[in-house]
Amino acid sequence: MPIKILVTAKRVEDYESKIKVNAQGNGIVLEGLKYKINPFDEIGVEEALRLVAKHGGGEVVVASVGTKDVHEQLRHALAMGATRAIWVNHAGPLDQMTVAGCLQKLIEKEKPDLAILGKQAIDDDQNQVGQYLAEWLGWSQATFASKEESLESEAEKSKTPALQLSADAKTLTVIREVDGGLETLECSMPCVVTTDLRLNQPRYASLPGIMKAKSKPIEEHTPATLGVDATPKITVTKMEHPPARKAGIKVPDVATLMDKLKNEAKVI
Amino acid sequence: MNFALTDDLKALQDTARKFAKEVMRPKAAHFDETEQFPREIIQQAWELGLMNMTIPQAHGGIELSHLAQAVIAEELAWGCSGMATSMIANDLALLPIVLSGTKEQKEKFLKPFTEKFLLASFGLTEPGAGSDVAGMRCTARREGDFYVLNGQKQWITNGEYADQYTIFCTTDSTKRHKGIMCLVVQGRPRGFTVGKHEHKMGQRASNTVTLTFEDVKVPVENRIGQEGEGFIVAMNTLDNSRPLTAMFAVGNARAAMEHAIDYSKQRQQFGKPIAEFQGVQFMIADMASEIHAARLLTYESAWRLDAGERNTLVSSYAKRFAADMAMKATTDAVQIFGGYGYSREYPVEKLMRDAKLIQIYEGTSQVQRLVIARELLKGS
Amino acid sequence: MSNVLIVVEAQPDGSLRKATLNALTAGQQLASKTGGELHAVVLAKDAAALANTVKEYGVKVVHAGSAPHLAQFTADVVAPAVAELATAIKAGYVGAAATQAGRDVMPRIAARLKAAMASEILGVVGASSADLQFTRPMWAGAVIATVKLSTAIKCFTARTTEFAPAEKSGAGEVKAFAPAAPAKALQKIVSFKEVKSARPALTEARVVVAGGRGTKGDFKDINALADELGAAVGASRAVCDAGWQPNDLQVGQTGKVVAPQLYIAAGISGAIQHIAGMKGSKTIVAINKDGEAPIFQIADYGLVADLFKVLPELQAAIKAAK
Repeated sequence: MPIKILVTAKRVEDYESKIKVNAQGNGIVLEGLKYKINPFDEIGVEEALRLVAKHGGGEVVVASVGTKDVHEQLRHALAMGATRAIWVNHAGPLDQMTVAGCLQKLIEKEKPDLAILGKQAIDDDQNQVGQYLAEWLGWSQATFASKEESLESEAEKSKTPALQLSADAKTLTVIREVDGGLETLECSMPCVVTTDLRLNQPRYASLPGIMKAKSKPIEEHTPATLGVDATPKITVTKMEHPPARKAGIKVPDVATLMDKLKNEAKVI
Repeated sequence: MNFALTDDLKALQDTARKFAKEVMRPKAAHFDETEQFPREIIQQAWELGLMNMTIPQAHGGIELSHLAQAVIAEELAWGCSGMATSMIANDLALLPIVLSGTKEQKEKFLKPFTEKFLLASFGLTEPGAGSDVAGMRCTARREGDFYVLNGQKQWITNGEYADQYTIFCTTDSTKRHKGIMCLVVQGRPRGFTVGKHEHKMGQRASNTVTLTFEDVKVPVENRIGQEGEGFIVAMNTLDNSRPLTAMFAVGNARAAMEHAIDYSKQRQQFGKPIAEFQGVQFMIADMASEIHAARLLTYESAWRLDAGERNTLVSSYAKRFAADMAMKATTDAVQIFGGYGYSREYPVEKLMRDAKLIQIYEGTSQVQRLVIARELLKGS
Repeated sequence: MSNVLIVVEAQPDGSLRKATLNALTAGQQLASKTGGELHAVVLAKDAAALANTVKEYGVKVVHAGSAPHLAQFTADVVAPAVAELATAIKAGYVGAAATQAGRDVMPRIAARLKAAMASEILGVVGASSADLQFTRPMWAGAVIATVKLSTAIKCFTARTTEFAPAEKSGAGEVKAFAPAAPAKALQKIVSFKEVKSARPALTEARVVVAGGRGTKGDFKDINALADELGAAVGASRAVCDAGWQPNDLQVGQTGKVVAPQLYIAAGISGAIQHIAGMKGSKTIVAINKDGEAPIFQIADYGLVADLFKVLPELQAAIKAAK
């Protein structure tokens, strides 16, 4: 049975970028930064592609909110294999509630069976949009989706999806990373899933994929055309670096280390 | 004029960079040490479309621009120039067919490479004919619908594993370059033997062997171009591939520079990081500016090909400058690492060994100078 | 004046999850700044026993919501129950600990209340209700942001390492209430595979011994040292990705954030994501063969050595010192 899945592709600073607060302390220094698709979103795209492949086709629709720069991330998802893209054109500050609101409206229009989002974006690290979206849609939610098999396992190498859809397509079984272990959750469909690190290892965008992505459509909306109030309810008023931890000393041997731990740090 | 990479080029670069970083580099030291053939990694590169980039779209390929190929070559060489040499060897071997093959030949000799993971080797050099291509001794004698091939080819990349060979030979060695012809040899016909893998100083992940032909029958329809056109086919191929080789030098040198910068910031001597010493700073500044210059020169040589211009002069500038630059940059990187740089525990000595080959293969730095001088001094 | 409501979490056996005590401290700070009351809510099939435990910790009222549909702590049933209560008691702030459970349910509660939310708060700044703001980490802790929420009700999860556990201070009142069951169940937990360990929980341990890629998956010496110290065992992302250790042991930005008295990192290079999860530790010891590993830049004591050689030595030294 074909399946339709909505995924996201937030534009974030590359995780290897060195983030520096600007002189005014109200933002970060943008010069020299590289941008990527949010790694958790990329895991979501991968899982969606695997599910579609397993369930005899369907559609993976990727959405992103931001300036035209987000086309780069949408194209990346399209190059991985997503079917088409939706761009919600918005400049300026953006909070989780606006993003969740836009995604809610898109989902009401697109009517996918499932939405798979990153559990959080690696810029603001909020971890909220999936849950807001599930509540506002009245859908079930499975956050922190993971699997028992490791990323080195055969199941991973054969690109088996970790999310299990029942034969009647009414229930989704998700393994979640919870406090103290792994939980198996059964969700009624439709469902919002948010991805954790070890759900899968995303594929690379292949060169033929990149070439094909050039001709895949990107549909444009704005928060206003979707009927979403984009006034931020969360404002960052100040940014600063945490106090740096200073490098200590190198000790030559275990005996010296023991002495320091006992008599200087007094932790043993 | 515009120096920025387009979004498309950036996307291609991204994939190549990620692959180089996550797949090639972690295994680079292992394959350098063991001299094994990194078949799985090369196959993965094929699956991502990082090989056979020149095959026309009409024959199932992706037909990347020369500029795009150059951008990708830098990243692959950054990951491991030995592996990169094995990957690009396919393009080098397929280029004569792309440039001079008939439609039927392209369908027969190129298309399978887009459908299945196959390797190809380019056979030009001989034990007695290196820079002096026209001195080749590998002969082809016509017998009905076949040529009968006799002779040896040396330093053949991927030769042990290749499924198809592009072999240059002569129908009449007295005619020097006017006697040369290009043949495609498929599989392992009778009389064809592959020698042992050469133990090399650098680029040890790439397979290098000698090929021997003893009365090997090759169908006449496997001839690319006409008899006597082989030299032109080979030179056109090298004009096309020279930017890629130059980019190998850029990628290799960039890797060395990045290691040198990281190390010089961490390594403390006389109570401060060695990066604070002017002697080290000057070496890094030289590396950075020369890498940048080599990259731009190479971009131009690729851009000229894309514009349909002859690029012999600029591509020789690029190959000569980039290869010599990489040798210097990697030697300086070893110097910055000091004793650690000389140790195999650290990555820079491999880069230095790898760089040396780039000054030698696909036209030595001296041959590039000859080409440059010839281009400049010819005519009135 | 704004009342503050903290969502209480239980362990699998029904007892109080300690992280809730840290969240109560965050709640206490908010209540004292806004002049409101600190409330807590326990949701369970039968919430009375846990509510009686929680009332000891400086809480004005513990709301014990008991109902059959609350037998499982899932977001679809927790969110409406908490939101209904928050509205009834005129809560200005609703929060929970930044545990996996808290991170799961809190945004759904906020969504139901049309409230904005700050995740993983590190502190509360500002003197009164009007100018209260939260500090919270961004970019894996590379930046600390001060954020202002401008909805009527405000939600948060509190990072447990930044708020001391609440102490017992007189008994509050327990009020029972019966949350209405939703029209249809959306999700159910069918199994839970606990990572069982005789060692203390990673986030609660006084000492953590963690291993990285340098262990090549062999945690024998790490485990032995941890047992000698009564410590928890942690791991870097590379170790969990390779399947060498369960995911539950991962320390880092996307795993557990820990702040023990002593953190021993063995064979861990110190990627920024790992450091984000342990740099709050009081004393950090790094053991690594590579003297240039970034972990040494934040370690109080560094030992450039083979972990397989020095961990047994350290274990023996600790045994001898006992």
